[in-house]
Amino acid sequence: MDQLIVLLPLLGAIVAGLFGRLIGDKISMLVTCGLLVISAILSGIVFYDVAIAGNARVTELFTWIDSGSFEVSWALRVDTLTAVMLIVVTWVSAMVHIYSVGYMSHDDAKPRFFAYLSLFTFFMLMLVTADNFVQMFFGWEGVGLASYLLIGFWYKRPSACAAAIKAFLVNRVGDVGFALGICGAFALFGAAGFTEVFAAVPGMADAQFSAFGIEGHALTIICILLFIGAMGKSAQLGLHTWLPDAMEGPTPVSALIHAATMVTAGVFMVARLSPMFEYSPTALELVTYIGALTAFFAASVGLTQNDIKRVIAYSTCSQLGYMFFAIGVSAYSAAIFHLMTHAFFKALLFLGAGSVIHAMSDEQDMRKMGGIYKMIPATYILMWIGTLSLLGIGIPGTPIGFAGFFSKDIVVEAAFADHSAHGTFAFIVGVSAAAMTAFYSCRLMFMTFHGTPRASQEVMSHVHESPQVMLIPLYFLAAGAVIAGGAMYYFFVGSGMESFWGESLKVLPGNNTVEEAHHVPFWVKASPLVAGLVGIGLAWVMYIGSPGLAPQLARSLRPLYLFSFNKWYFDELFDRIFVQPARVIGFGLWKGGDGAIIDGLGPDGIAATTRNLARRASLLQSGYVYHYAFAMLIGVVILVTWYVLSQLG
Amino acid sequence: MTGWPLLSTITFLPLAGALIILLIGRHEDEAVVAKNARYMALWTSFVTFIVSLFLWTEFDRGTADFQFVEKVDWIPAFNISYHMGVDGISMMFVLLSTLLTPLCVLASWDAIQSRVKEYMVAFLVLETLMVGMFCALDLVVFYIFFEGVLIPMFLIIGIWGGGRRVYAAFKFFLYTLLGSVLMLLAILAMYFDAGTTDIPTLLAHGFPASMQTWLWLAFFASFAVKIPMWPVHTWLPDAHVEAPTAGSVILAGVLLKMGGYGFLRFSLPMMPLASDFFAPFVFTLSVVAVIYTSLVALAQEDMKKLIAYSSVAHMGFVTIGIFVANQQGIEGAIFQMLSHGVVSAALFLIVGVVYDRLHTRLIARYDGLVERMPAYALVFMIFMLASVGLPGTSGFVGEFLVLVGAFQVNTWVALLAATGMVLGAAYMLYLYRRVIFGKMTKDDLKAILDMNWREQAVFAPLVVLVFWMGIYPASFIDVMSLSVERLVENYQLALATSEGPLFAGLWPSR
Repeated sequence: MDQLIVLLPLLGAIVAGLFGRLIGDKISMLVTCGLLVISAILSGIVFYDVAIAGNARVTELFTWIDSGSFEVSWALRVDTLTAVMLIVVTWVSAMVHIYSVGYMSHDDAKPRFFAYLSLFTFFMLMLVTADNFVQMFFGWEGVGLASYLLIGFWYKRPSACAAAIKAFLVNRVGDVGFALGICGAFALFGAAGFTEVFAAVPGMADAQFSAFGIEGHALTIICILLFIGAMGKSAQLGLHTWLPDAMEGPTPVSALIHAATMVTAGVFMVARLSPMFEYSPTALELVTYIGALTAFFAASVGLTQNDIKRVIAYSTCSQLGYMFFAIGVSAYSAAIFHLMTHAFFKALLFLGAGSVIHAMSDEQDMRKMGGIYKMIPATYILMWIGTLSLLGIGIPGTPIGFAGFFSKDIVVEAAFADHSAHGTFAFIVGVSAAAMTAFYSCRLMFMTFHGTPRASQEVMSHVHESPQVMLIPLYFLAAGAVIAGGAMYYFFVGSGMESFWGESLKVLPGNNTVEEAHHVPFWVKASPLVAGLVGIGLAWVMYIGSPGLAPQLARSLRPLYLFSFNKWYFDELFDRIFVQPARVIGFGLWKGGDGAIIDGLGPDGIAATTRNLARRASLLQSGYVYHYAFAMLIGVVILVTWYVLSQLG
Repeated sequence: MTGWPLLSTITFLPLAGALIILLIGRHEDEAVVAKNARYMALWTSFVTFIVSLFLWTEFDRGTADFQFVEKVDWIPAFNISYHMGVDGISMMFVLLSTLLTPLCVLASWDAIQSRVKEYMVAFLVLETLMVGMFCALDLVVFYIFFEGVLIPMFLIIGIWGGGRRVYAAFKFFLYTLLGSVLMLLAILAMYFDAGTTDIPTLLAHGFPASMQTWLWLAFFASFAVKIPMWPVHTWLPDAHVEAPTAGSVILAGVLLKMGGYGFLRFSLPMMPLASDFFAPFVFTLSVVAVIYTSLVALAQEDMKKLIAYSSVAHMGFVTIGIFVANQQGIEGAIFQMLSHGVVSAALFLIVGVVYDRLHTRLIARYDGLVERMPAYALVFMIFMLASVGLPGTSGFVGEFLVLVGAFQVNTWVALLAATGMVLGAAYMLYLYRRVIFGKMTKDDLKAILDMNWREQAVFAPLVVLVFWMGIYPASFIDVMSLSVERLVENYQLALATSEGPLFAGLWPSR
């Protein structure tokens, strides 16, 4: 059954991708969607079997690479952590597949689109079921490929092509870290399988290691390298620049890949490797800081963006930061909990945004929207459900609230409960980012749906509610965004936690922050909510109460506004440091290095010199006897001189 | 083993085919001669490939020894014999050569219209020499094949090449010959020291430390040019750009591997001390090659030149893998060579497909090809990704094993080589985007046709191989693992039993 879950999407991708033209659009869509729904249903069964009934297992398929002691196999490891991911991936993917039937109805390359979506799902499933580092890397790069293909799906747009390449390359930078981390793990443990490595970790807890001139704690070095990979995939600060640009892809892609699943792969990876990270406090500390900074950075940029998808993209980036700092304080289960609820409400938000864009004749700029809530009421209400879930609205201390309420609170509380410098930092940042999250999310809702219509008459006359095939997946996701938190609280982070997770997550006895998070003071529990309410209030005042306030504020705080609006100038910086120099250096090395120096001094130079010498030698053969006689005479003089001098000496 | 001389059959079958082409080539009508030559070359190379498959099926994966051995005295006075045999290191290179030759013949079917007979003869002779070189177990025999390869390749570039073909052909010839002269000297020195040119005997001979250094340098001069390593790589882009498509395929697919094979067959096992001593030097050159040529590739405007530069970068991985001298590194290097043989061959064929249609290789002359050529775009995508080293394709396994091997020896080398992962992706994706994606704006592209069945037939086996090698590489690694294991063992043993570091060789103490 595990094999079926993973391979059915691949089958769908092959059928739609290779034979799409032959079998037509309808059958392609039917096949891919059908196979994915089957896969999703099977995932539900497996989830019950593995997570609830406790039958974790590994299914070995066949050998992959076997070089000396470096042995890895294709295998499917299904434990609770994987089972959760299976549910998230297949369910969201199935919903996105069905939604796309409506969303892509005007596109003329439907089989290709569905093939890519299914292919992505296959790679993602390979990633989460990996039993060794290398298979994880396979899925890791595979989802990167699918992401590249889908971002560049509309290949006629130069901006889409550029964004696709950027996504692939920035991810590759992270992947270099991941690959080296795998090499390091193999160098240290002599194995690349999770089971062997995890068993050997406690014995190597104090091992030292020298890499890149740094002599240090081996596990820390390896964990940091691996984390660089996670940073790339999960768009953490520094390697985040691809994510907003990735919004060039069709909206269902943004929902599936760039919100619900692929970008959370980094979080999953670190959680999977918790038996290693637990033994490296330094690495965990780094994870916390990076996560917290990302949460803050992305939220601050989200405040001023005008593209509806980009706002949600920065929101995703920010929420990923939350997950990472939860991991950094050893609250892995809280991080995965937030990952799961986030998948539902963020996919909902994206697909809702897609529905809006669909209604507005492909307009994405919020400045050209407004006043449409009565015209697309279902989308409007669904978007509010997603937003409130993202804001974490609920009543502290009771089991009443949206899904995001439970997961976000436990994340923030765990950071507080860590009682360390980095934990407290993350707590403060998390709460302030919550206020900003509330602000930009409500700003999005107000600008999109309320106020006076700013679109042209032409566009406004076409505004229409999406068809049922797009709305039904949204209802499902909305149900998840409402109840997933309360329903799963007991298992993920509540008292059922230990038996639920079993062996799949490892927390050292002193680091059990999730348990301690239940006993933090009430003001800590309430603070994210209060911050959220403040944000909502501010957004209401600025965009509904007195709409003139926002531009005025932007003017008076111009430097800050520009800093946020230009995304802290990361793109410009990277362009100056990496992209432009690479071109210039490449050209310089080609013309200067290869052309002038190597060829100039080497073959061409030697050839020229030879020709030159030959010409001179041929000049000597002038044909006049007195020239030769003169030369002979000089020769004799030199010989005699040399003879005499050497005799004297 | 059967008594049938399988290796000689594979080696000389193409030569026989070439002779037949020459014999039947005395027809009045030029077109008939051309047609006969094409079919004869295709049949010969195809039959050779089928025969060579027996190597694959009959090869004993349970031993590190040479197999299918044939030995006949040739010049007994000097102890020189015609000695052939393959082990796990060389066997698959033979298969690579016999696989690529028929594909080359197919790829040249319509592209070559002048002197078809001579062209096909050159290719078949080339095949004989390539196969012979990988099978040779006697230094003299090896040297003859090794050098002989130059002649048909020189002719292929110089006669059927592009505009600057003569410059490119001479550059290619002189560069490689220069290295080979030194190798010849080294071979003589080895003969005088060991009294034989028999490779298995020499492998066990154990040259004195002082001699190893010079031998190593002499061999290095030859192999480094062949592979090619930075900074003696500049012949490659020129040769590739000017060579006809099939010439590039063989050049990238097989000829570059002769250098890597030489390192594995001679430098590492026969001069272990020198190899160890020079390893940092090789690492430096390789890392420079990976980064430098990747950056240069980024700036290219000619498709073939771009792929040629990418070859140099990929071969940088190979030399790193060989000289880290552990199981993962060497197996990674061999695998990378095999994979590169398939992938770069395919990439040159891919360029050939559009070159045949538009007669230009300038990237700027193309855009938006996916619209008219979806099958082409898919094939290009597959090999582009394999070149980038995406897991699941052949390109990943070799590259990754080399990194794993390198990390154990020198983390800096691993880190710097790994930057090739990013740069490699950069130039390939950029190329793909410019050629395949975008809007089709150029008028002469609007009527371009997708690949015909013959072109698809050329790519089909390569596509299968790329995925086979990527998903189940074990079937290839199994072949080499024992031979590599013995190589590594002997290497470590030689280092362990030597006395101190090897400075004595370079600067003899007085």
